[in-house]
Amino acid sequence: MSQIETFYDVMRRQGITRRSLLKYSSLTAAALGLGPSFAPQIAHAMETKPRTPVVWLHGLECTCCSESFIRSAHPLVKDVVLSMISLDYDDTLMAAAGHQAEAALEQTLEKYKGEYILAVEGNPPLNEDGMFCIVGGKPFLDQLKHAAKNAKAVIAWGSCASWGCVQAARPNPTQAVPIHKVITDKPIIKVPGCPPIAEVMTGVITYMLTFGKIPELDRQGRPKMFYGQRIHDKCYRRPHFDAGQFVEHWDDENARKGYCLYKVGCKGPTTYNACSTVRWNEGTSFPIQAGHGCIGCSEDGFWDKGSFYDRLTNIKQFGIEQNADEIGTAVAGGVGAAIAAHAAVSAIKRVASSSHKDQGEQDS
Amino acid sequence: MALEKQLELGDREERVRKQTAVYVYEAPLRLWHWVTVFCILTLSITGYFIGSPLPSVPGEASDNFLMGYIRFAHFSAGYILAIAFIGRIYWAFVGNNHSRELFIVPVWRAKWWSEVWHEVRWYLFMAKTPKKYIGHNPLGQLAMFCFFVIGNTFMILTGFALYGEGQGAGSWADQMFGWVIPLVGQSQDVHTLHHLGMWYIIIFVMTHVYVAVREDIMSRQSLISTMIGGWRMFKDDKPD
Repeated sequence: MSQIETFYDVMRRQGITRRSLLKYSSLTAAALGLGPSFAPQIAHAMETKPRTPVVWLHGLECTCCSESFIRSAHPLVKDVVLSMISLDYDDTLMAAAGHQAEAALEQTLEKYKGEYILAVEGNPPLNEDGMFCIVGGKPFLDQLKHAAKNAKAVIAWGSCASWGCVQAARPNPTQAVPIHKVITDKPIIKVPGCPPIAEVMTGVITYMLTFGKIPELDRQGRPKMFYGQRIHDKCYRRPHFDAGQFVEHWDDENARKGYCLYKVGCKGPTTYNACSTVRWNEGTSFPIQAGHGCIGCSEDGFWDKGSFYDRLTNIKQFGIEQNADEIGTAVAGGVGAAIAAHAAVSAIKRVASSSHKDQGEQDS
Repeated sequence: MALEKQLELGDREERVRKQTAVYVYEAPLRLWHWVTVFCILTLSITGYFIGSPLPSVPGEASDNFLMGYIRFAHFSAGYILAIAFIGRIYWAFVGNNHSRELFIVPVWRAKWWSEVWHEVRWYLFMAKTPKKYIGHNPLGQLAMFCFFVIGNTFMILTGFALYGEGQGAGSWADQMFGWVIPLVGQSQDVHTLHHLGMWYIIIFVMTHVYVAVREDIMSRQSLISTMIGGWRMFKDDKPD
């Protein structure tokens, strides 16, 4: 392992100055919520630690995670992290192709056995023995299992790898499953989103490379530092929610005033992601800031939870498709009618029985 | 007195021979009942307006806190409901026999099932005469358990899980109830079920109030006044 270069070596080879490394370190420390004292620690780790190889696999996906990733806000983040990781294997971004690419993968898996981080974008389809997704002439399912075997840790990029996303939405003809259904013996860090935010992706990788451990995860396996809060909790329109000021229709005066989008179906209150703090495209904006509610793309099964503008999941049992309140109102109405009818019959019976008093209580 | 003697003799069937007032619901239990009534009323109204908010208020956001107050009322009532329910469970251990009826449904007793059937027939106008009961009638007891105990527990679990989301990761509500969310799926599913649960409770309340009024008029014992004063009165001296 002694010949593996450090992160700093890689950066210097890429023409990145030490000053830039320090700037990158403080930026990353801030992004990870670690405070200024951690910046030297990150820089130190970058200078001394051998580079951790990352293998990036692509299953059933749309490449939006990669597209997001290469648009990291700070150009340095992209240069540093991407140059560090794409060196090994990423069939979309690497220079090699075909047999050479597959050979590079094998070489990496062999050389860094038990050391490399496996990053998975997309997910494997299980139907027809995985024939719905072929990489290098073999089912992606096989490649995934093969690469996961000696991985140190696994990162699930995006909602596909984390939850299944669109290809696993009903009726899911290819039986696409999130990677944790296939890889059961490794720690999996879920970084959901469709796509995830670039800074979140680079932040997670940097944390793991710097500290040599996986970030603290929540119950569902997402890094707490980025998925610990809902969009709603840090939304800049939250004061309008608390005040009771809502956009009632898309084109009304309240929409122009930037009121809360709760009533037009914003899923911010049920979605865990960092959009309202990190934002997108170099911190330019995020959906709610652009005047549209959150569609909950980082949540489990978001394609199957009714429309993007429903805050309640439609209930499809018994051939009906209504939300909980519509069903509740109807059933309560039915029960009310039944009670009224029952009361009426009871009253009639009572009047009838009191007319012939001699009816005894023989029934018991 | 005759009744008490019978009970002392271990007659588990609690046959009521004479018109005797029996002290059924002890004071803490009655207090719990009415506190819960108040909480369910508050929770249903505020809960509905959290899900479907009132028309927007004019003015600056800094001058208004309508949703905040509605949510505060909802959370406060939720706390009271849950704590009162814990108190009610405690009372099942230390209270009289009737205080356990809510939680222990004797589904293993054939006699009890035959009485459930009798009550069903009574409500379907097939039986002319109701029976006398000191505590809950068997059908009522079954409904109480299925609708109220299960419904209330479900609402407390889902409610505090959602509350924990707002309180944040690591809060006591998140630590104690946060597991509900991944169990069900995700946050939106828990919201959906919490809404459904409200209607479940509302249907229970509607039926409960109707049956209480109807039984008070048509059955052979007191109902509503019993939950106020605690004493069960019987309207006739005939055997059950």
